[in-house]
Amino acid sequence: MNHLLSTHDLSIDEIVQLLELADHMAEINSRAVPKVPALRGKTIASVFFEDSTRTRLSFETAAKRLSAEVMTFSASTSSVNKGESLRDTIETLTAMGVHAFVVRHKSSGVPKQITQWTNAAVVNAGDGWHQHPTQAMLDAYTITRNFGDKESMAGRTIAIVGDIKHSRVARSNVDVFTRMGANVVLVAPDALLPSSIEGWNVSTASSIDEVVGHVDVLYMLRMQRERMDESLVISLKEYTDLYALTEERAARLAPHALLMHPGPINRGVEMQVDPSEVPGSRILQQVANGISVRMAVLFSLLGGEISPAATLGGEA
Amino acid sequence: MSATKSIVIRGATVVNPDAVFEADVRVVGALIDAVGDALEGDIVLDGKGCYVSSGFVDLHTHLREPGKEEAETIESGSRAAALGGYTAVVAMPNTDPAQDNVATVRFVREQGIKANLCEVMPSGCITVGRLGAELVSYAGLADEGVTLFTDDGTGVQDEDTMKRALVSARLANVTLAQHCEVSSMTNGAVMHDGACCSSLGVPGWPSLAEEQMVQRDIDLVRATGAKMHFLHLSTQGSVQMVRQAKAEGLPITAEVTPHHLSLLDELLTSFDPIFKVNPPLRTAADIAALKAGVLDGTIDAIATDHAPHAGHTKEQPLDQAPPGMLGLETALAVVNTSMKLDARKIVELMSWNPARIAGLDARHGRAVAVGEPANLCVWNTADVWEVSREGLASKSKNTPYHGMNVRGRVRHTLFNGQIVVNEGKATR
Repeated sequence: MNHLLSTHDLSIDEIVQLLELADHMAEINSRAVPKVPALRGKTIASVFFEDSTRTRLSFETAAKRLSAEVMTFSASTSSVNKGESLRDTIETLTAMGVHAFVVRHKSSGVPKQITQWTNAAVVNAGDGWHQHPTQAMLDAYTITRNFGDKESMAGRTIAIVGDIKHSRVARSNVDVFTRMGANVVLVAPDALLPSSIEGWNVSTASSIDEVVGHVDVLYMLRMQRERMDESLVISLKEYTDLYALTEERAARLAPHALLMHPGPINRGVEMQVDPSEVPGSRILQQVANGISVRMAVLFSLLGGEISPAATLGGEA
Repeated sequence: MSATKSIVIRGATVVNPDAVFEADVRVVGALIDAVGDALEGDIVLDGKGCYVSSGFVDLHTHLREPGKEEAETIESGSRAAALGGYTAVVAMPNTDPAQDNVATVRFVREQGIKANLCEVMPSGCITVGRLGAELVSYAGLADEGVTLFTDDGTGVQDEDTMKRALVSARLANVTLAQHCEVSSMTNGAVMHDGACCSSLGVPGWPSLAEEQMVQRDIDLVRATGAKMHFLHLSTQGSVQMVRQAKAEGLPITAEVTPHHLSLLDELLTSFDPIFKVNPPLRTAADIAALKAGVLDGTIDAIATDHAPHAGHTKEQPLDQAPPGMLGLETALAVVNTSMKLDARKIVELMSWNPARIAGLDARHGRAVAVGEPANLCVWNTADVWEVSREGLASKSKNTPYHGMNVRGRVRHTLFNGQIVVNEGKATR
């Protein structure tokens, strides 16, 4: 693995191996001093052209726990504001000796484009509506570890609810979940589905009530209010009537069912129930797992020939 | 002044509308002096294994001058045209300033004459500044020799404006050329709206955005009786509508680009803006329909939509990079590689028909015969070569065919009786 740009770049075997590596990382994270020297001497540039809090902090924390140096770049306070091109930004940072870029951009495809201007590894931390591969990996980790079936989620029914069309999380998750054997149901109004789901290997439903009683995982997406303003869809009220998770609907979840959300949550929009009062909620666990999974990704990309067992054992 | 040297094109196959035959062709001055066997001349051009025909005519060239000389100049674009076998190109009016006035139109024509590599025929705008509101004076620009008017880059959105434009165009006896795109349906669009687009997560460019305007304009042509040319058709629906309109006898012509005959939307999985173009690359079904349209005459012409862009502009994110790709130097080879066409059909699509549509048929797109203007191209359909962006004469490098093997090559081009391309190399 030279880069992590899309879930499509990874075989299921590679995903399973990454998740097993994440188990090692989770063990490190449970220690009193959660830090190992595995990536000492490596520099990771966290390059966020689009605002983000949780993904940025998650990656930076993951890098620091592996003892990498973290170089932080944010577009709002940088030379990008002076008109510097994407290529010049990347070439400049590369010249400073960066080993990996963690990139977030509002335009689909930017992480892939960047690979032509640097020898460093590139990790996609979310690009446009395209992909968010580490989110899919941390979600797969959360689901498989909760159900105790480490290698697969075969036969599980996972409903993804909300704005599928504009969601990079949905695209990555659909790919990983379906290839790991899950039955994925997309629950969205037509206007928020992509114009074609040919080849996605999913089914669809047109309201959350159709699925809530029999899913193993209810995966809620953030509904962006801007989309409503574009009057792209339907009114907020119509949307919440059909697609929001209410207390009444949450009560219909099976006892073993998991409630997940990539965050940030829109309380009062898609989440009309306090998730802390839903027993199956794993939303905060997703956040914690995100650090372990991102440590696994960064280590896989930068760890070189050093075996995980040898390197990860010591403390920094 | 020294005596004019005669030029003989030896051993090629002449492609004329009424006959295809082997003969030598002798040029003296600006005219064809003889067509026959074993002709002698001062300069001999090898035509063995090649066709000789009237030079190609491109209905759709962006030369970028004035305004974007960083991407192309009239001289560099003319050289690219000559290398592609073109003896005339229609310069699109989306320059800065736009070609909506006599001064700019004259400037473009004169820069073309100065370059002296092919005839540069400026087109005019349909509306002032290509803003879609106030009509340009067609009669005024027609006096400058402008025959084709277009707002290319955008379509004329307002129905009544378009209708009035057609009425004025009919009175001035000029042709309007529409870029068919309902812009409210393509806001922010990046690529063809289909399975690939949905999977990549980029805003889609629906076929319907083109087809809605094709249909509207067919209705307006029926209502006004004015002539209309459709630029760069890209969808199967458009081809079908134009086929029906022609069967009805409406005065409509249409063009297709080499890239819409050869490249699929799936190339965008690379996220390389080199493959971003307006209208977008579409599906295999669309390509099949466009080819069928070419074969049955629904499509009259191959036009390049040669659209140079400076390198840095194509290094932006896909949704921000400008659409467009180079075409002049690869058109013949790409068309010949993509489709099985006989030589006569190739010349019809690339010379005779576009010359007529552009009103250039007094000087271009004519038979290879004694007394005719020596605007000629010597080319073959057999040579295989690898396209290299570094090897192109255009100032820009945005060819989508870089590294691909193509078949068919322009060997010599004569413009006004002068050799502007000799053995695939520009002479000036």
